[in-house]
Amino acid sequence: MLKTFPKGGIHPPENKITSSKGIKKMTLPKVVYVPISQHIGIPAEITVDVKDKVEIGQVIAKSGGFMSSNIHSPVAGTVTKLDKIIDTSGYKKQCIVIRTDLKDESNFTDTAYPLKTTITLEPKAILQKINDSGIVGLGGATFPSHVKLSIKEGTKLDHLIINGVECEPYLTADHRLMLEKAEEIIVGIKILMFALHIDKAIIGIENNKSDAIETFKKIITKDDHIKIAALKVKYPQGGEKQLVRALLNREVPKNGLPLDVGVIVHNVGTIFAIYQAIQHNIPLIERVVTVTGKKLENPSNYWVKIGTPITDLVNEVGGLPEDTRKIVNGGPMMGKAIKNMDVPVTKGTSGILVISEDEASRGEPKNCIRCGECVDVCPMGLEPHLLMNLSEKGMYEKASAEDIMTCIECGSCSYVCPSHRPLLDYIRFGKNSVKKMNTSKN
Amino acid sequence: MSAQPIIVSASPHVHSDRTSKKLMYDVVIALIPAFLVSVYVFGISALIVTSVAIISCIVFEYVIQKYLLKADVTITDGSALITGILLAFNLPSNLPIWMIITGSLVAIGVAKLSFGGLGFNIFNPALVGRVFLLISFPVQMTSWPTAFVNNTSVVDAVTGATSLGIIKEGLNMGETMTEISAKIPSSIDMLFGFTSGSLGEMSALALIVGGLYLIIRKVISWHIPITLLATIFIMTAIFWVANPEHYANPLIHLLTGGAILGAFFMATDLVTSPMTKKGMVIFAIGIGIITVVIRLFGAYPEGISFAILIMNAFVPLINKFFKPRRFGAKIKSKIV
Ligand code: SF4
Ligand code: SF4
Repeated sequence: MLKTFPKGGIHPPENKITSSKGIKKMTLPKVVYVPISQHIGIPAEITVDVKDKVEIGQVIAKSGGFMSSNIHSPVAGTVTKLDKIIDTSGYKKQCIVIRTDLKDESNFTDTAYPLKTTITLEPKAILQKINDSGIVGLGGATFPSHVKLSIKEGTKLDHLIINGVECEPYLTADHRLMLEKAEEIIVGIKILMFALHIDKAIIGIENNKSDAIETFKKIITKDDHIKIAALKVKYPQGGEKQLVRALLNREVPKNGLPLDVGVIVHNVGTIFAIYQAIQHNIPLIERVVTVTGKKLENPSNYWVKIGTPITDLVNEVGGLPEDTRKIVNGGPMMGKAIKNMDVPVTKGTSGILVISEDEASRGEPKNCIRCGECVDVCPMGLEPHLLMNLSEKGMYEKASAEDIMTCIECGSCSYVCPSHRPLLDYIRFGKNSVKKMNTSKN
Repeated sequence: MSAQPIIVSASPHVHSDRTSKKLMYDVVIALIPAFLVSVYVFGISALIVTSVAIISCIVFEYVIQKYLLKADVTITDGSALITGILLAFNLPSNLPIWMIITGSLVAIGVAKLSFGGLGFNIFNPALVGRVFLLISFPVQMTSWPTAFVNNTSVVDAVTGATSLGIIKEGLNMGETMTEISAKIPSSIDMLFGFTSGSLGEMSALALIVGGLYLIIRKVISWHIPITLLATIFIMTAIFWVANPEHYANPLIHLLTGGAILGAFFMATDLVTSPMTKKGMVIFAIGIGIITVVIRLFGAYPEGISFAILIMNAFVPLINKFFKPRRFGAKIKSKIV
């Protein structure tokens, strides 16, 4: 039997239409819009000015503190504006606008360097380099990686888990990366194992990506102490807590972190970025993005410069179809719908999903028929119908006591509700209110 | 750009294709085999009782919602249709039409809409309708046309008590089970539908087929029906083993008195049963115990309707005490 997490979960249609499409290089964007807040935490501080010439990979905004991250110029060019533009969050955020210098050759150098397996840096230097290179969690959480890797002296840590689950429907960025950069990823894993003094690593991959599982199995050797674990397909297995439970049968405590059970989890994309930074001195300025949708002419996977407007991506695959109703940054379960196509790709953008009329409409909400489906599928053991009810009525104390804050916003509850109740909408609202309530208390 | 505006709504952006309406119509489909058996056994009167119950339930829902509550009319959601069918299934095939209409009014008006409509009702509407009729018109509600098989033809319209009624009466008169068994249909007849009783409880087999359909389609889970039937079986088996001359065998208890109908279709009503699997098991054990106690020691020969209604009342409490286990709560995590 394949491993998986035991409680809850759903099986939405996978729709991985781009899984056989190799990662292509995106046409170089003429202008990039680089937000200074692409990570969870404090925004970076801008270090360039209008009219400044910038080189590719140059720091253009410096980490604003421990819980922050550097931002590097994805292109060689000229800063044309420091402006507020709407980013994927839907809010206006400070951006550095850079006009790409189409004559500068460094914009065209290939990032595909020959594989380098020997690790020359010392552990301390590795962690420093990860910090300097602006690496954040590329699975979507955009948590600064060096923060995750700063482990207190004496913490018991025995497993590095690599998240290659990609349980979101439609997205194939991680899948392609694992197929095309398997050896680099293995080196990346070894770098982290070396830097953190961990001697066991497991790559968790859902069984619908058996080619990736095979690829890894072929290249690892016994002495690597890296295991490849095939997992049963189930959403949201890519959630850290679900993944740790599935692979190691350890349950991260409520309000705790994987670290509490001796585990650290990184996404495969992040591991590749770490490899690039440590072995080839390339900061995080590019990532794989799946551009997909049932009605798109040419859905595919791309290497995309951070800051590339989503319009460019959509044009690259043949433009927006007539009946487009929604454009989502991310996958259909957890992605954010965006209003405006000028929004740029950021470090956390794993996919752009174009949804047409027939898929986009939400059903009319009806009375709760108390069927318990939402309770059944919630991977966190919550009672979504109750949390929605409490949030609706403004009973935040009670909602907090019913563990509303442990909701991982996976959307499984809203997905299954036969009465089309917008459960997660209300739960999000309730979570925000509980947060406010708690801060005002202190 | 498209003609339609771009929608910006929160995730998730996809939904499973299950809707409450589809669930309701699956229940209707599951009830068809039992309905066909009832038409085969009782002929036109089964058709009349069922259609009167369905039509009056739907009409009452429409009229009350539109003119009394001035609310949205929800008759197309399928729930009034199900209440109608289930009510009919719990009635004798020769019940006067006006009584059926009264039962429907109580089911829809009192048990469902006065609580706030679908989803807010605490008690199973069809059962409330039935129990109301049973208490108000005990004579009509307990004289059941029987359908004993006489070689090949179905002899109809002999009125009498149900098997459980005969047993109860017999025991009260001091007869032994051996003497009583001669008067009731065999278990095989009960399985296929040649017994006496209400419309829907004729054939245990037809009901089981429908119930399995619901489980396969994931409209209901196995927890309530299986736990409930197992509880009835085990409890009645204990009494039967202890004194087979005084207690009917467990198979009779399973195959008669609406046990199967109740287990698969009445106790599993989504709205009035618990949310978690743990809760469902507790709920079903409760119904099983109360049913057996009423049947063996109570005044009525049958007890499942009362048992379900009593346990319906406990559902809010069960939901409160049998919550799902929160992820990461109080764990003894072992680091390997
Ligand atoms: S309540 Fe939160 S964690 Fe549970 S299913 Fe809904 S979104 Fe997921
Ligand atoms: S899934 Fe929807 S209808 Fe069912 S209990 Fe949850 S909120 Fe109510």
